[in-house]
Amino acid sequence: MTTALLEVEDLRVAYGKIEAVKGISFTVAEGSVTTLIGTNGAGKTTTLRTLSGLLRPVGGSIRFDGRTLGSVPAHRIVSLGLAHSPEGRHIFPRMTIEENLLLGAFLRKDQPGITEDIERAYTLFPILGERRKQAAGTLSGGEQQMLAMGRALMSRPKLLMLDEPSMGLSPLMMQKIMATIVELKAAGTTVLLVEQNAQAALSLSDQGYVMQTGRIVLSGTGAALLRDESVRRSYLGED
Amino acid sequence: MHTLPQQLANGLFLGATYGLIAIGYTMVYGIVQLINFAHGEIFMTGGFGALTVYLALPHGTSLWLALPLMLIGGAITAVLIALGAERFAYRPLRTAPRLAPLIAAIGLSLGLQQAVHNLYPKATSPRAFPQMQAGPWNVGSIHIQSGDLFTIVAAPICMIILAVFVQKSRTGRAMQATAQDPDTAQLMGIDTNRIIAAAFAIGALFAAVAAVCYGLRYGEVDYSMGFQAGLKAFTAAVLGGIGNIYGAMLGGLVLGLAEAMATAYISDIPGMHQLGGGSWASVWAFVLLILVLLLRPQGLLGERVADRA
Ligand SMILES: Nc1ncnc2c1ncn2[C@@H]1O[C@H](COP(=O)(O)OP(=O)(O)O)[C@@H](O)[C@H]1O
Ligand SMILES: [Mg+2]
Repeated sequence: MTTALLEVEDLRVAYGKIEAVKGISFTVAEGSVTTLIGTNGAGKTTTLRTLSGLLRPVGGSIRFDGRTLGSVPAHRIVSLGLAHSPEGRHIFPRMTIEENLLLGAFLRKDQPGITEDIERAYTLFPILGERRKQAAGTLSGGEQQMLAMGRALMSRPKLLMLDEPSMGLSPLMMQKIMATIVELKAAGTTVLLVEQNAQAALSLSDQGYVMQTGRIVLSGTGAALLRDESVRRSYLGED
Repeated sequence: MHTLPQQLANGLFLGATYGLIAIGYTMVYGIVQLINFAHGEIFMTGGFGALTVYLALPHGTSLWLALPLMLIGGAITAVLIALGAERFAYRPLRTAPRLAPLIAAIGLSLGLQQAVHNLYPKATSPRAFPQMQAGPWNVGSIHIQSGDLFTIVAAPICMIILAVFVQKSRTGRAMQATAQDPDTAQLMGIDTNRIIAAAFAIGALFAAVAAVCYGLRYGEVDYSMGFQAGLKAFTAAVLGGIGNIYGAMLGGLVLGLAEAMATAYISDIPGMHQLGGGSWASVWAFVLLILVLLLRPQGLLGERVADRA
């Protein structure tokens, strides 16, 4: 594998006295798609929110693109090249699609580049282009997910973190999202994906980690995890 | 003096002042869901800041010259106090239980009143505010005082600037984003602490303008003037739909008009002759608030809570 863009070591995160992430270590290689899978409450969202600075770790280290995060405020993280499309999409409901996309480029000053990237988002997700002046809150779940992804891409991130992009989507919509992730990878974006839908996620992942109650219990290439007996039992609904 | 147009005009002047103060409640609430009960006192300090500047000017300075300087002085005073309150009282309590910042706000409110009462020279009783040596003017049957003239010029200018700022400026868009979803706003690279401070500062700025309106209208400023005015403005903010800046202004105008109408006309209704007059105005203002909230719990222009992020 190539160099690691993200290196997480012995990361621990707590809500009050309750530790939700209990010392996890993983890496995300440059140019790869890396997936965290695990049941509800495993600590995946907590991990991503810590990486993007919304939560402070109680221990461990985060190295991203040669810098140490962990005490960098959330609003500075995106400018380092780390974008986060949060669980539940969290688009700005009372703003238009275009305004949402523009907020994704909030820190950028290169107006021509921004315009170009907005057009790119509309090419990637044509439905967003058709509705650019519509309030984002009126979109369907799948469309909101596209918007959340498009918005995260507007910062031209080195690493794109997607928290359960397929949640609540129709199978067709989910395929579209997964296909987009493959496209993004081909275009050189590194992706850290969190999914409940292990089958879909692992089949497009270079590397995968399985989380369980705050710990990483298994890791391997996407293909290897898909073949793993315990993964098939616990996450792919096979007995 | 007792004509309908005159009462409407009185209501608008009063309401515009309420609306300017209400902006502060509504902006802060819209972004951090905090009712800043010290905002009435921030308004009051704006009045004293303006007065201080006037007193520092050479005797006999024309008010036309003094007024802009007074506005700047009032604004600086109010904004600094609001920023201090945000930084040292509210921000440390942002993740504390809801009651904590509320208690801090009440403490701050009483503290500011006492500070002005005890420390500002001769502020134990109302201090005279300079009056413009112009007017009154008669427009048709309406009699306009010079202080009111200032209000009808200042309030719309302030509102237009604010609307353009919120809609068009980078900081304004960041404010909207922070109001709708503060965590996600941070993910966009927005420094939400800065945005929250900006909301407090804008609220204080408008309160200072309102304090000058108040001083010119009533001819005095008083350490306790923030209580009534603050309560009315808060009512206006809720009436218009708290969190909505246009709602704050509309709520202020509706409230001002209602008070003026009630003062003038309630006593003409058979059997209610004792319930009119100025002393009952506040009561009718709250009756109106209750009626509106019964019919539209989110306020006139408020959004339903379900729409919030
Ligand atoms: N804001 C919070 N306060 C307290 N506990 C939380 C909070 N968010 C998540 N948790 C707890 O932390 C654990 C991990 O949650 P989360 O990271 O959301 O898991 P996942 O994303 O894998 O479903 C769970 O036990 C959850 O109940
Ligand atoms: Mg989750």
